[in-house]
Amino acid sequence: MQNVLQIVYLIPLLPLIGFLINGLARKQLSKPMVSLIGCGTILASFVLSVWVFLQVKGGNAHVAHYFDFISVGKLVIPFSFQVDQLSSLFLLIITGVGFLIHVYSTSYMQEEKSEHFGRYFAYLNLFVFSMLLLVMGANFVVMFIGWEGVGLCSYLLIGYWFKKPEYTKAANKAFIMNRIGDLAFLIAIFWLIAKVGTVSYNEIFSAANIAKLKTSDITIITLLLFVGATGKSAQIPLYTWLPDAMAGPTPVSALIHAATMVTAGIYMIARSNALYSLAPVTMDIVAYIGLATALLAATIALKQNDIKKVLAYSTVSQLGFMFLALGCGAYTAAVFHVMTHAFFKALMFLGSGSVIHAMGGEQDIRNMGGLSRKLRITFITFLIGCIAIAGIPPFSGFFSKDAILLSAFEKNPVLYGIALFTALITAFYMFRLLFITFTGKFRGTHEQEHHLHESPAPMTIPLVILAILSIIGGFVGIPDVLMHGGDRLGEFLSPVITNHSEGHGVSHSTEYILMILSTGLVLVAIIFAWFKFKNYQRTEEKGFGKVLENKWYVDELYDRIIVHPLNKVGEFMNSFIETKVIDGLVNGVGRLVNYSSRQLRLLQSGQVGNYVLLMVVSMVLIFAIQFFLRK
Amino acid sequence: MPINYYIFLSLALFAIGIVGVLTRRNAIIIFMCIELMLNAVNLLLVAFSKMHHLKALADNAATTVGTDGQLFVFFIMVVAAAEVSVGLAIIVMMYRNIHSVDVNFLNRLKH
Repeated sequence: MQNVLQIVYLIPLLPLIGFLINGLARKQLSKPMVSLIGCGTILASFVLSVWVFLQVKGGNAHVAHYFDFISVGKLVIPFSFQVDQLSSLFLLIITGVGFLIHVYSTSYMQEEKSEHFGRYFAYLNLFVFSMLLLVMGANFVVMFIGWEGVGLCSYLLIGYWFKKPEYTKAANKAFIMNRIGDLAFLIAIFWLIAKVGTVSYNEIFSAANIAKLKTSDITIITLLLFVGATGKSAQIPLYTWLPDAMAGPTPVSALIHAATMVTAGIYMIARSNALYSLAPVTMDIVAYIGLATALLAATIALKQNDIKKVLAYSTVSQLGFMFLALGCGAYTAAVFHVMTHAFFKALMFLGSGSVIHAMGGEQDIRNMGGLSRKLRITFITFLIGCIAIAGIPPFSGFFSKDAILLSAFEKNPVLYGIALFTALITAFYMFRLLFITFTGKFRGTHEQEHHLHESPAPMTIPLVILAILSIIGGFVGIPDVLMHGGDRLGEFLSPVITNHSEGHGVSHSTEYILMILSTGLVLVAIIFAWFKFKNYQRTEEKGFGKVLENKWYVDELYDRIIVHPLNKVGEFMNSFIETKVIDGLVNGVGRLVNYSSRQLRLLQSGQVGNYVLLMVVSMVLIFAIQFFLRK
Repeated sequence: MPINYYIFLSLALFAIGIVGVLTRRNAIIIFMCIELMLNAVNLLLVAFSKMHHLKALADNAATTVGTDGQLFVFFIMVVAAAEVSVGLAIIVMMYRNIHSVDVNFLNRLKH
């Protein structure tokens, strides 16, 4: 059984092979073949991941070293994989949810042309490969390779339908915004190399090395890492790319922009928890940014009418929750929420994909309504997802959200208040989405109504599996109050993650009250949503609602203060610097050479006498130098 | 005779040769000036050779020291003779082509 840890490299390698086959032979392979390779490699990775997970659970965590990636002087950056509790958990999420989404995609993308179908699966496999590299890397450099890889795949998949200019624009936006964060991440790595001289987790986080670091250095490094995380995990101020990323196919949104890639930032901070716990300033900033993002995105989600946009803002908001937990020092709670969120948000995205599929590409919920009669399975699974995200016991979202709220309460009751309010809004907008989409009268065209149908089995089976996971996924982290020793996830992760807050500062009775309070309020919010939206009628938004519908005008603000000035600078560069300075310089050099050579040409008279004269004069000069000047 | 006389004579010959090459345009005269320079050098070689040889004879009646300079002169004369034949051939060809032996007409390389 030991040998599975020796072939751990197969886990990322298999999707890479799938990518190569599907990518290179996409024109030759038939669609079933592409699907088989695409899903098969991920399934094999998943099986291996489960195996590895069981090994790690049995206490077999280790670092697998393969070769030295960079070796310069004293700096050695190995290419090695960290197989421990945290990474094996992420392996399970990535390959498990990834496999379900691959299966779903085989049906969802069926109408694509064969070669585009192959391209899609190649990208998807490449994404899984990069993501696995990201979580398995045993140092920040390998993580960075994966980090860039997922960014690239995200870009490629958002712009998958590249013939529509607005989609490629959305892809560019995502890529550029991510680059800003990546730069900070890169600087953080450089800083680490300069101060610690290594990038391997084990060496950096060892007590001796941390003790050598100054607090200011730790603060700067953690802050830079966090800026990297805000790019990848869509936090203020770099969150605006994620809603636009919904331009990609829906399974992509489910896999990349909900379940896995956007949680990379949380993984990174959870991985570096030893550093973060020593930087209280950074922790505060992480918590505040997380909470602000959660609240801002939740309010925007209240008024969105595109089914995927609602889910996108919901994702941003939930990621904000995770960062709140990280900022409060409850790393396990954040990882827990990553897991449950992967289940229910992937479920809801796939559900929305099923709805979009049934509606023939329609995404505006104002044109839907009453779909529960035609799409039974989609409706029920979507309902389960909504209950899970709203946080009603015993669904998975309840446990993870409760852990986050508790950690917030422990840090500061004001944070708790805002977080609870955000949770209420979350429940409200999710059920608004559910009711507008699935209840009431159908508001679409006659043709669409006729076309309505439940999706085929490859799409509904992943929905059902994810729904089951959304229900039971929370049972791995039952708080101690409800069941002694119920927090098995926390126990499992304890060798890698040292929580700053353990929840001991809160008495059991307070904990009960908080739980009942949040559950009760969420139920009220749901009932309120039911009465408000069960018979939805289209209305124009006015006043504040209009501001929310337009996403607080943040995009416009960014346009005005960043994009517009940059364009102006670009125009100036183009009209003045480029034409006058650069062209002037280049042409000037050319003209100088031309002129001087025209002057030099006069020396070549063609008269033999001149040449001989020059020869004699120079010889006399040389003799003169020899005789009179050289001593 | 002192060696100085030979040196001055050969310098004068050499200078005349150079000035001739520089100032004249007639190919044949230039050619003759080149010969003049060569022979100025020959004269110098012979003079120095003789001087060294005489000095060496004072010590040893059977020595050959210093005679190599005179040998060189023969080589130079042979080379010069070969050169003359080639050079004159060129001048003949030149005359056939442009009906003149003025070197300034031969500046076509420039254009």
